Amino acid sequence: MIKKLLRSVREYKTASLLTPIFVTLEVIMEVLIPFFMSRIIDMGLEQNNLSYTVRLGVILIITAIASLCFGALSGKYAATASAGFAKNLRHDMFHHVQDFSFSNIDKFSPASLVTRLTTDVTNVQNAYQMVIRVLIRGPLMLVFALIMAMGINMKLSMVFFFAIPFLGIGLFFIAIKAHPYFERVFRTYDELNNTVQENLSAIRVVKAYVREDFEDKKFYNISDKVYHQFRTAEKIIALNAPLMQFTMYTAILLISWMAAKMIVGSTMTTGQLMSMIVYATQILSSLMMLSMVFVMIIMAESSANRIVEVLDEESDLKNPAHPLNSVADGSIDFDNVSFSYVNDPDKSALKDINIHIHSGETIGIIGGTGSAKTTLVQMIPRLYDTTTGQVRVGGKDVRDYDIESLRDQVSVVLQKNVLFSGTIKENLRWGNPNASDEELVAACKLAQADEFVRSFPDGYDTYIEQGGTNVSGGQKQRLCIARALLKKPKILILDDSTSAVDTKTDALIRKAFREEIPDTTKIIIAQRISSIEDADRVIVLDDGHIDAFDTPQQLLKTNKIYQEVYQSQVKGAKEE
Amino acid sequence: MRNEKPNKPNYGKTALRLMKYVASTFKLQFLIVVIAIIISAIAGMAGPLFLLFLIDDFITPMIGQQNPDFTSLGYAVAIFAVIYYVGVLCTYIYNRLMVNIGQGVLKRVRDEMFVHMQTLPIRFFDTHPHGEVMSLYTNDTDTLRQMINQSIPQTFAALISVITVFIVMLTLSVHLTLITILMVLVMLVLTKKIGGKSGKYFIAQQNDLSTVNGYIEEMLSGQKVIKVFCHEQQTKDGFDVLNEKLCESATGANKYANIMMPIMGNLGNLHYVLTALIGSLLAITGIAPLTLGTIATFLQMTRSFNQPFSQISQQFNSIVMALAGAERIFRLIDEEPEKDDGYVTLVNAAFDHDGNLYECKERTGTWAWKHPHHDGTLTYTQLKGDVRFYDMSFGYDENKMVLHDLTLYAKPGQKIAFVGSTGAGKTTITNLINRFYDVQDGKIRYDGININKIKKADLRRSLGIVLQDTHLFTGTIMENIRYGNLDATDEEVYAAAKLANADQFIRRLPDGYNTVITGDGGELSQGQCQLLSITRAAVADPPVLILDEATSSIDTRTEAIVQRGMDALMYGRTVFVIAHRLSTIRNSNAIMVLEHGRIIERGDHEELLAKKGTYYQLYTGALELS
Repeated sequence: MIKKLLRSVREYKTASLLTPIFVTLEVIMEVLIPFFMSRIIDMGLEQNNLSYTVRLGVILIITAIASLCFGALSGKYAATASAGFAKNLRHDMFHHVQDFSFSNIDKFSPASLVTRLTTDVTNVQNAYQMVIRVLIRGPLMLVFALIMAMGINMKLSMVFFFAIPFLGIGLFFIAIKAHPYFERVFRTYDELNNTVQENLSAIRVVKAYVREDFEDKKFYNISDKVYHQFRTAEKIIALNAPLMQFTMYTAILLISWMAAKMIVGSTMTTGQLMSMIVYATQILSSLMMLSMVFVMIIMAESSANRIVEVLDEESDLKNPAHPLNSVADGSIDFDNVSFSYVNDPDKSALKDINIHIHSGETIGIIGGTGSAKTTLVQMIPRLYDTTTGQVRVGGKDVRDYDIESLRDQVSVVLQKNVLFSGTIKENLRWGNPNASDEELVAACKLAQADEFVRSFPDGYDTYIEQGGTNVSGGQKQRLCIARALLKKPKILILDDSTSAVDTKTDALIRKAFREEIPDTTKIIIAQRISSIEDADRVIVLDDGHIDAFDTPQQLLKTNKIYQEVYQSQVKGAKEE
Repeated sequence: MRNEKPNKPNYGKTALRLMKYVASTFKLQFLIVVIAIIISAIAGMAGPLFLLFLIDDFITPMIGQQNPDFTSLGYAVAIFAVIYYVGVLCTYIYNRLMVNIGQGVLKRVRDEMFVHMQTLPIRFFDTHPHGEVMSLYTNDTDTLRQMINQSIPQTFAALISVITVFIVMLTLSVHLTLITILMVLVMLVLTKKIGGKSGKYFIAQQNDLSTVNGYIEEMLSGQKVIKVFCHEQQTKDGFDVLNEKLCESATGANKYANIMMPIMGNLGNLHYVLTALIGSLLAITGIAPLTLGTIATFLQMTRSFNQPFSQISQQFNSIVMALAGAERIFRLIDEEPEKDDGYVTLVNAAFDHDGNLYECKERTGTWAWKHPHHDGTLTYTQLKGDVRFYDMSFGYDENKMVLHDLTLYAKPGQKIAFVGSTGAGKTTITNLINRFYDVQDGKIRYDGININKIKKADLRRSLGIVLQDTHLFTGTIMENIRYGNLDATDEEVYAAAKLANADQFIRRLPDGYNTVITGDGGELSQGQCQLLSITRAAVADPPVLILDEATSSIDTRTEAIVQRGMDALMYGRTVFVIAHRLSTIRNSNAIMVLEHGRIIERGDHEELLAKKGTYYQLYTGALELS
C-alpha cells in the first residue's frame, strides 16, 4: 500500500530527501548547543573567564543561527514535499477516475470520491510531513544525544540502556493496542457522515414526514458509537505522557544520585551533570515524538487505504492491442447477449438478446419501468461489456474498436443528462471542440434549440449554472441532443431524452432527423408512444428480454404490451 | 457558509463560548483537570530546581570531604521522587479526564449541531452548499478535537510552567529578568507576524480546497456524460490548474507553520547567550549584585522558560484553525430555526351518537383539528382537506415575486392539478402549503383555519408529499417504506407496495424487502425509486396528498396502474398533482394552468378543452411545455 502511495511523490523526491538531510543537520546543531551551554557554565562563568564566555557565546550564536537556517530549510522543504505529494495524489486519483468505466463509476458515489480526494488526502499529507520530519528527527536525536551522553560519562549513560527499551516497548504496546480501536472509529465516522449527507439532501422528505426526531435518534446512536470508540482509543493513548514522564523522572533521579557521588569523588563536574539531564530529556522526548508519529500514521492509515482503493480500481474496459479507428456504418448486431451488473448469470439484467439493425434505421424502444431499456443501449458504445455474447457495430465487435473512436461515432444522450457550468457554446463544443459557430447553430436547429437560445439576452454566450438549473428541463434536453449531434455520429441514441419536450417539438426533432441525417442510425427510448410511432421498427422490452421487435403497425396488431401502452395513452384522446 | 464571512472573527468570544461548553458539562472533572495540570506542571518545573538545590546544598559542600555522608542527599532525592511521581500521577489523571471531556464536548457539539440543523428552515438547505455543511461535521469537528485534547492542556501546562519559572527568575535577579521580558516581547511580535502570514495562507488554502471540492463534485456528478463525450482530457486539464493553486497555498501555509518552531527554539538559545554575557558583565562591573551561582541558576531557568514558551507558539496555528472551525460550527448553531407559532394540533377523532366530534387515542381514519381559543374553550374541526388560497403572493427573493395574487380552492375529495412550464411556480405552491416557506402576502386556509395557526409538525403530518427527486435512505427497502409510518406492520407495507405497483419488482430483488439500498438508490432505476417513494407516501395514508412530478420516470402503463391504486387510496381525500404528462391529470376536478406565477386558466378537462385556450393548445400539442 505504501509503495503504491509513494509512487505519487515523483518530482518532490528532491524536497522529500532534502528535508531529512536538513533535519539531520538541525539535530546535530541542537545536540551541540547544550554541550556549549554546559561549557559556558563550567569554563566561562565558574572560572570567571569573560573572554571565554564571549567566545563561546559567539560560537553558540553561530550554532543557533545555523540551527535556525537548517530548521527553516527543513521546514520549507517538508512543506513543499508534503503539499506536492498531496497534489500528485489528487492528480493521480482524479486522472485515474477519469479513466474509469461505467461499472467502475457505479462502485463509488461522487460524495465518497470527493471525501477521498480532499479529507483523506489531507490526512495523508499531514502524516507524510510528520514522517519525513519527525521520523528521521526522532531516532537521530536519540542516537546523537546518546553519543554525547556517553562522551560525557559512560557509566551514567548505562541508565539510558534500561530507560530506552522500557519506554520504547511501552509506547509500542500502547500504539498496537489502540490501533484496532482507531480503525473502528473511522469506519463509524463514515457512517456518521453518510447520515448527515442523506439528511442534507433529503431534508424535504424528513420535514414532510415530520421525522426530525427519528433522524435525531439515528444520529445520536451513531454519534454515541463514535464517542465510545474514540474514548476507548484515546484512553489507551492517554497512558503515553505519564509513561514517558515516569521513565524520564526515574532516569533523572538515578543519574542525579549517581552523579552526586561522582562529583563528590571529583570524577565529574556540575556542568556535565546539567548536560546529562538535558540529554536525558532529549533522548526520551525523541522516543515520545516517535510514538506520536506512530499514532498519527495509524490514524492516516485508513485514509491511505481509501485512496489506494481508488488507485487500485482497474478499469475493466481495455483498449484492444490493435484497435480499429473507424466505424464502417451504422449497423448494429446483438448476438446472444446477456448482461449482469454483478457478473452473476442468475441475476441478468439482459437475457439472450438477438437484434439486427441496419444502418440508417430509426428504432424505437419501449418497455416498463426496470425492463432494462437503458442497459440495452449502453452496450452499443461499450459503456459496459457484455457478460456473454457479442455486440457488433458496423459489422465489427465493439471490443475491437478504440474506445474513444467508437464513442465518437456512437453518440448517446443519457437519461440523467448534465450540462456543466459554462456558456452554451462551451457546453455544445463538448461534442466537437473544433466546431464552427455555423455548425453549432446547425446542430441546434436540428434539435429545435436554436430558437430559444436566440431568445436569451446573451444568445449562445448565455452562462449555464452548475447542473443547468437556469434552463428548463425541456431546453436542457434539447441542448443535450444538439451537443450529441455535433459529433456527427453514425449512430445516435436518445435515452428518454425528449420526455420534457412537448409532443409538437418532439415531432419536429424527429422530422429533422429524418430529413437532415437520414444515414445515421437512430435509436429512441421513450415513454411516449407518439415518439416512436413513426420509427421503422420498435423493440418491446420486458424484464430484460425482447418481447417483440417489429414495425409499430404490426405491433399494434399483435403485441399485447404495445397495445396496452398504446391504449393507456391514446384512449383518453380518442374518447373525445 | 464560508462565503459569508463575518466582518470580524471574534476568536476571544468563540474561545470563551467553547470554554463554557467544557466547564458547564464537566464541572467537577474540569476542576480536577485544572488542578492536576497545575501540579503536574509545577512538578515538572521542580526538575531544574531540584538539580540546583542538590548541587548547591548537598554536593558542593561535600566536595573534598573525606567521608561524605550521603544519607541527607538520599532523603532529598527521596523527597523529589515523591514530588515527581505525584506529578506523573497528575499527568495521567488530567490526560485521562481530558479524554472524557474532549470526547464529551465533541459529542455535545455534534449532537447539538445536528439537532439544530434539523430545525432549520428549508431556505437554509436551499442556500447552503451541502459540501460545506458536511465539512462542519468532519474537518471542523476534527480540528476542534485536536485542540481540546492536545492544544488546550499543553498550552495551559506550558503557561503554568512559564509563570512559575518567571516568578523564580524574578526572585533570582530583576535585571536579568528584564532580558527575559525583552525576549518575550520579540517572540510575541514574531509569533504574531509569522502567525498572521501563515494565517493568510491557511485561509487561501481553505478557499482553494473548497474550489477543488466544487470542481470535483460537479465533474464527478456528470462523470458518465464526460465518458460519453470522451471529454476526459479537458476535465483533467481543468483539474490540474486548480490543483496547482491549492498546492501553492498549502505549501505557503505549512512553510510558515514549520518555520515557527526553529525560530522560537533558537531565539531561546540567543536568550541564553545574552543572559550569560550580560550576567557576567553585570557581575564583573558590579552594576548589579550578582554571584556566579545566581547567574548559573538563572541560565538554567532561561532554558526551562524557553521550552514551554516555544511550545505555546507552536500551538498557535492549530488553535487559530480550530477556533475558526468552532466559529463556523457556532454559526450553524446560531442559525435562526424554523419559526412555529402554531397552536392548532391534529388529533384522531370520532363521532359520538349525536354526530359530535370527540378526540380519541386510537387511529380511526378520522382526524380533527384541535383548536384552543383565547377564552380557553376548545373546538374540534374535522380534517377534510379543504384548502383555500386568498390573494397569495410569494417570492423566494423579496424583489422577485414568483407567485402573484393567487386565489384558488380545493374542496375535500377533489383532485387539483397544476400545469405550466418550468418556473411558473407549481412547486412553489406545494412549498407553501406545507410551509417549507411562508407566504408573504395573502393567506392559506386549511379547513377554514389559517395555516399559520397550525403547528407545523401537525400540518405536515396531514399532508403526504411525493417529490420528483426521490430521496431514499441507506437501509433496507422495508425500512425505507416504513419511513412513511413507523408503526406500519409488514402486511401494511406489502399492501402499500402492491398499491403502488412496487411489490413485484421488490420481490424480484436478491433479498426482497430486506435488500439494502444506499441513499441515492444507485442500485435501482429512476422509475423504481419513484415507485418506492410513492409506496412510502401510501403507507403514511395521509388525508391530503401532494404529487410533484411523482411519476415522471415511470412508464405510462405502470403509471396507469399506480394511479388507479392511488385514486382508490385517496378516494374522498384531497390530492394536488403537478405533472408534465397531461394524461396523468385528465381526470382532475380542477386544472390550474399557471404562467409566470399567475393562474391563467382554470376548470376541468372538458371545460378547458372547450375554452380552446392555452390548455387546449398544450393538449393538442400546439404549444410547447418546457
